[in-house]
Amino acid sequence: MKATGVPAVNPTISARRAEAPREADLSGDPAAAITIITPSRRWFDWRLRQLWRYRDLISLFVWRDFVSVYKQTILGPAWHIIRPLITTLIFTVVFSRMAGLSTDGAPPFLFYMVGNVVWTYFSTSLDNTSKTFVANAALLGKVYFHRLVIPVSLVISNLIAFGIQVGILVVVMAIYVLSGVPLHTTTWIFVTPLLLVIMAGYALGGGIIVCAMTTRYRDLSHLVTFGLQLLMYLTPVIYPVSSIPERYRWAAYLNPLTPVFEGFRVGFLGVGTVTAAQLAASACVMLVILLAGTTLFTRVERVFMDTV
Amino acid sequence: MSTAISIEHLSKVYRLGMIGGGTLNEDVSRWWAKVRRRPDPATKIGQTHHRRQVGQLFRALDDVSFKVGEGEVLGIIGRNGAGKSTLLKILSQVTAPTTGEIRIKGRVASLLEVGTGFHPELSGRENVFLNGAILGMTKAEIRRKFDEIVAFSECDAFIDTPVKRYSSGMYVRLAFAVAAHLEPEILIVDEVLAVGDAQFQSKCLGKMGEVSRGGRTVLFVSHNTVAVQSLCKRAVLLEDGELKAEGPASAIVTRYLRAAHFDTPVLEWRSPEEAPGNDVVRVKRVRIFPGDNREDRLITMSTPIHVETQFWVLKSDEQAHITYALVNDQGIIALTTWSQSEKRRLGIHQASFTLPGNLLNSGSYSLRFLIVQNESRITYDHEALATFSVVDASDRGGRYLGREPGVVQPKLLWTVSPIDEARNQHDCPVGA
Repeated sequence: MKATGVPAVNPTISARRAEAPREADLSGDPAAAITIITPSRRWFDWRLRQLWRYRDLISLFVWRDFVSVYKQTILGPAWHIIRPLITTLIFTVVFSRMAGLSTDGAPPFLFYMVGNVVWTYFSTSLDNTSKTFVANAALLGKVYFHRLVIPVSLVISNLIAFGIQVGILVVVMAIYVLSGVPLHTTTWIFVTPLLLVIMAGYALGGGIIVCAMTTRYRDLSHLVTFGLQLLMYLTPVIYPVSSIPERYRWAAYLNPLTPVFEGFRVGFLGVGTVTAAQLAASACVMLVILLAGTTLFTRVERVFMDTV
Repeated sequence: MSTAISIEHLSKVYRLGMIGGGTLNEDVSRWWAKVRRRPDPATKIGQTHHRRQVGQLFRALDDVSFKVGEGEVLGIIGRNGAGKSTLLKILSQVTAPTTGEIRIKGRVASLLEVGTGFHPELSGRENVFLNGAILGMTKAEIRRKFDEIVAFSECDAFIDTPVKRYSSGMYVRLAFAVAAHLEPEILIVDEVLAVGDAQFQSKCLGKMGEVSRGGRTVLFVSHNTVAVQSLCKRAVLLEDGELKAEGPASAIVTRYLRAAHFDTPVLEWRSPEEAPGNDVVRVKRVRIFPGDNREDRLITMSTPIHVETQFWVLKSDEQAHITYALVNDQGIIALTTWSQSEKRRLGIHQASFTLPGNLLNSGSYSLRFLIVQNESRITYDHEALATFSVVDASDRGGRYLGREPGVVQPKLLWTVSPIDEARNQHDCPVGA
């Protein structure tokens, strides 16, 4: 080791573990890099640069998820179209026709479709990422790569499905416009990419928190499916905030997802209310969750193989 | 030679049994101990060095330290459960150690289980990219080496077929090809040589040699002691999670084999009542020992094997003889051998025979013991009276390292010479 100017290994290093240099940056010349494996790492040692080095793997995972799911199915990616349409139809019949819930004056089918497409993206991403360790145990147990690669690639590959569904949404909207139904699409539509980023942040952050905790407390994985169902009703997905009595509306805004959903509807359909301040607050909460998730995840990631 | 890997006081403790479930209390107390920079209370219990398992804790690795030089091919041997896999998992960062520290210089690639991350639905081409990226290559790197990888794998014709249609041999070849072209500074090879045919094996070995000649480091983990001995100069022996020995590969292999195959003790029965046999003959003692004076007392394929039997004769008016059938691990009788049939006087007799060296193939054998009266009637039959193992301790220097098929593996003299009359005949058999 003397040749490369690396401090010679001496027995006192393990005793002074707290001061010892951590995992060296692997983004440089790999031949010169020294990897130090120690029992524990610092709390905020996320090694994001190393994650960046694995960007090719992320893109390949995204591509694999998308391509492999529909191999040997008859309808293939058409499932991305069929599912939201049918769910939306059922929502429309049940919530609008039968229950008579308000849609703020927007065409019910479009109202439910926006909510459904956005919610599907959020819940699928969160559910997928929360199962990262368990679903990939065989792979993660054999090879090392930055563990965040899998959750990140899942959130991105769900984005593709989301894109397709938004495409359908636009087509359906065009059909409405052509058949003479006026739509009030607003300039908020240009904010929707930002809304999507916030949404993705929540899905990723929430997903990896659950994922990190399931390695120890298995019950959580059952809680996710159930919790997501519950959360859908607590979030204005199938109802507008305006349908909540004025006195309790503040409670709806305690849910940081509320402005995101309202924002999507304001953008696409021109119904609902959202302010920049609400969105900023939501984005801040998202960042906190994402940071907490990353920290927790990188803590657990190193030993999860022993417990899964 | 500078150090490529240095491992210091490495330990790994696993918790046995239930995970979670009422451990919140324990979690909190462990956390509190950590905050105060006290040793982990849960780890502390297991710190007794003589027993691996204390309570719910299991020491998979116990204070292991060694160094690997740059460009060295180091063999790691040990029985199942000795801690080899755990060591490799820590080295490849799949799991973290409990205590200790490892410093690694350069990129590590492991062939722990080739084909990891292969997606059955995707084609060979797609999987090369996916697998390469999982192992740490960039797309550009893979694109550059793609043709080389495919050529090495000999799967050119099927590269666009989903790998689920591949034969297991093709699958392994493709996977190994990807890993072999990773060009890591440190390559961890675990039992990959167990798969594939002889030709592919020699190709893999060639690649490993190439890797090490290129100044890169190889950690070779195997049960195949012949392979370890042929490929590695130095080896370490793990036993029950501890580093038992470190040194020249041949010495370490011998030590390992001796520990693993020391199942040929002297069998002895104190009185005829409890001894195997019938009312004519009872076995007193069976001893199997190597005939050459190898100081390790190991039975290798070239060792003559002495079998010494002492027995009580309980009836002097019966004509009897003893027969041994040598049965291999597949239950096939390799040979039978017997003593002269005659009436013997009462008392203890000794009979012995020697199996010549260079006769038996490697493997474990048992001796079936029979007593035959009047040269025709089997009056006693005892399966597996004694067992012993024949190990292959030869250094085959890079040729096929698997076990040759066959019950016996005698050394036969081959002669090959040209025949003038038939010039276009090319009979060139290769001897074993």
